[in-house]
Amino acid sequence: MHDHDHDPDHSELSPMELRVRALETVLGQKGYIDAAALDALIDTYQTRIGPRNGARVVARAWVDAGYREWLRRDATAAIASLGYSGRQGEHMVAVENTPECHHLVVCTLCSCYPWPVLGLPPTWYKSAPYRSRAVRDPRGVLAEFGITLPASTEIRVWDSTAEVRYLVIPMRPPGTEALDEAGLAALVTRDSMIGTGLPLTPPEQAR
Amino acid sequence: MSYTTHADLGGQQGHGPIVPEPEGALFHAPWEPRVLALTLAMGATGVWNIDISRAARETLPDYRDLSYYQVWFFALQKLLTERHLVEPDEVAAGGALHPPRPLPRKLMAADVPAVIAKGSPTARPATTPARFALGQRVRMFDGVVPHHTRLPGYVRGKHGVVGHVHGAHVFADAHASGRGEQPQWLYTVAFDGAELWPGEQAPGALRVSIDAWEPYMVAA
Repeated sequence: MHDHDHDPDHSELSPMELRVRALETVLGQKGYIDAAALDALIDTYQTRIGPRNGARVVARAWVDAGYREWLRRDATAAIASLGYSGRQGEHMVAVENTPECHHLVVCTLCSCYPWPVLGLPPTWYKSAPYRSRAVRDPRGVLAEFGITLPASTEIRVWDSTAEVRYLVIPMRPPGTEALDEAGLAALVTRDSMIGTGLPLTPPEQAR
Repeated sequence: MSYTTHADLGGQQGHGPIVPEPEGALFHAPWEPRVLALTLAMGATGVWNIDISRAARETLPDYRDLSYYQVWFFALQKLLTERHLVEPDEVAAGGALHPPRPLPRKLMAADVPAVIAKGSPTARPATTPARFALGQRVRMFDGVVPHHTRLPGYVRGKHGVVGHVHGAHVFADAHASGRGEQPQWLYTVAFDGAELWPGEQAPGALRVSIDAWEPYMVAA
């Protein structure tokens, strides 16, 4: 190895940064990858595909009973009608929270997640603490997110072990009768669509 | 033939607390988005499929010690070197030393939106009738699986109920082993928490489901 301290390009780089740069260089020189395609992929998931997409689906379900029924019947088509489809959301199922049943989504085997509506999964979703305990002690998991549900509420956990992807439709918060669809979507958090959170109430959002 | 996955985490204890993070925190180091993009771009070449990728990741011997994007990176490097698309001396040198090999496809920037919007649907026409019906009680396979599988350890041998019949889908176990798609009926099977975790969960307080291909199940 060269002396890193005297290498202006590499002096601040971690071992992982160096490894990734090395592989990217090899792949580029061999003509396997298009550099502009890499930038387009990153830009897509940084700016265009994220949880605001799912929030729009949820808000529509809250205001439009016909759309909600469509989501129940064929979530893939209902979600695609808003422009969200494709990679890691090819086969969608929407599950609705009620006072009697709270839904929680996990992938115990890897990190399966509904990308078209939620974007890239958060680190905790991909990590061992969540993946190991969500199917065994979901109330304990919810407590770590600051959520306590009534003891009478059944917890329903969906382990995404195949190519079906799950979107939680949380319950509409009270005091939101006056809000339009965009105002409602702003209350819908990413975690509330995984089941590890609840939507914001208007006072919480104002804080 | 043996196969060891390090990714089958459901039900394990001792992994510590969950660390929630805000909605905008996508990446935690500048190399992470590069790994995401390299993985997606090389996946789009069609040299391997997503199930082969998952198998490469879950069999990394140091899986448990790696962050998730590190898992993706080292699995990508393994897939590339195993197929001689990249040689170890090139990885070490950080530059190409050997001629490239032909690839089925190359992902170009102009095609990125269409490729993402299309995805890779796994539903296939069914060639046999479904063996199980909605509401049917089933028992999950309980034995050693000497290859990649999507049947988690925590449900093996457990009794559940068919909650949904999804139609035939590409069978991950075969697809990951290079044996083609071999579509099989896919079901959502739900288990009572008391069946999965005796003594820990009151009956009816928790239901957990997996999505299971027909070969994972027998009638109960």
